[in-house]
Amino acid sequence: MQYDVFRQRRNQRLIFFGVLIALTYGSMVLTAFDPVAGLAAIPRAFIWGASNFIPDESAMRRLPRILERLQETVLVSISSATVASALGLVVAVLGANTTRPHPWFSIPTRAIASIFRNVDVSVWALVLLFSFGQSGYTGFFALFFVTFGFIVRVMIETIDEVGTEPVEALRASGASYMATISQSVIPACLPQLISWVLYMIETNIRSATLIGILTGTGIGFAFDLYFKSFNYGAAGLVVFVIVITVLLIEALSNTIRRSIL
Amino acid sequence: MALLEVESLVKRYGTETLALDQVSFTMEAGEFAAIIGRSGAGKSTLLRCINRLIDISSGELRFDGVSVPGLRGTALRRHRTQIGMIFQHYNLVNRLSVIENVLHGRLGYKGLVQGVLGIYSEEEKREAVRIIESLGLGEQIYKRCDQLSGGQKQRVGIARALIQQPKLLLCDEPIASLDPNAAKIIMDTLREINREMGITVLVNLHQVDVALRYAERIIGVKGGTIVYDGAPDRLSSEQIHQIYGSEAGDLILDLSEQQYAV
Repeated sequence: MQYDVFRQRRNQRLIFFGVLIALTYGSMVLTAFDPVAGLAAIPRAFIWGASNFIPDESAMRRLPRILERLQETVLVSISSATVASALGLVVAVLGANTTRPHPWFSIPTRAIASIFRNVDVSVWALVLLFSFGQSGYTGFFALFFVTFGFIVRVMIETIDEVGTEPVEALRASGASYMATISQSVIPACLPQLISWVLYMIETNIRSATLIGILTGTGIGFAFDLYFKSFNYGAAGLVVFVIVITVLLIEALSNTIRRSIL
Repeated sequence: MALLEVESLVKRYGTETLALDQVSFTMEAGEFAAIIGRSGAGKSTLLRCINRLIDISSGELRFDGVSVPGLRGTALRRHRTQIGMIFQHYNLVNRLSVIENVLHGRLGYKGLVQGVLGIYSEEEKREAVRIIESLGLGEQIYKRCDQLSGGQKQRVGIARALIQQPKLLLCDEPIASLDPNAAKIIMDTLREINREMGITVLVNLHQVDVALRYAERIIGVKGGTIVYDGAPDRLSSEQIHQIYGSEAGDLILDLSEQQYAV
């Protein structure tokens, strides 16, 4: 019997890789993709990029305006992440098995979280563009919705993971619902919550760039503008400051995470 | 008047599972009783019915003269403040310090604002320090609970229950996750609390030998009903096997090896 299990595993693996290779080859034939030419193009792409996207003298003169845009984007990302997390925590408390006021709350909260999270941030941005036009609000709410859905989802899981036992103890001692939440659930979940908020700030800064391109606001708009007017030097500078910002925020949040966990 | 009177208590989960079936017993103030039985016999359910962590399906349960099954809201909270509970997994907030966890035991007496903000009086804090020191945790008082050993965590759990100034202490498998040494300290502490503070103790135990050594009264539960209720020295080997539904010799413990031989 043992032998059969191993042979079955081996056959499954062979079939899996066979299908994978067939799919790859089939799609290469259909799209007339030449792997050799593709690989050979990579160095040329780098050379072109390096010669055109290096910020020059005139690009550096635009730096103050780019930084202004960057500041707007970073602030929108942070504010959307924090406000959505605060609201998301409340909804997560209502939806988690451990802390829900009534079993009926469970499914609606999870459904709402799922809708907000699974509609992509770019789709939210384009939909909201109709309501708010070309303003910071469009980006803010797009990021807000996605962060909200995400935080509700992860905090429901966190609460059910770390909150169940202390909640039982406080209920048994006669503590009120609100006191139980504020004295046991919140302190028990706080490190994870802060960690997820920092993660969402990082994610939002990256997403904000894309939203800016789509909705004509913030740093994404600056990139779009320079790129489409063939001002590659300035566009390169925009990319450069975004990368620096993301790395800085990441380093900062890693430091914070280390000290709280 | 008895402190706790349970009459024909029934607890059903859903429509199918009958966890407790017609359970009746009374406890006088100052007793030390142990409930023994297999996993799933209904021991934990019984304890959780007493402080109404779970609702009672039918039957009567009186605590200190108050009928418990119908309690709601503030009255239910007041009922719970009079009953301390300690748990197998200690159920502490691990990130908070020892004294913060102990003070949680006072939350049942707080109004909305004080409870939510965790405002404790000077007297409550002094009492918390006194209890913590009396349980031998004076040096750990400001340590985070995740830095403590299992035995120390359970003592924090006991301190949190004691600061409620309870009339009854419910202990749900208090030593099931502890090494023998720590388990002895916890059981000795419970006995001391019972004898010196006069607090009634009802403890769920897996370990029959521990139950026989510490309890003045044994309640044997099987399949949701009480099959033995009496003094430990009258509990025969056959009765233990009946409670656990095992054949003679199948249990690690056999009474013939104990000083309690029948």
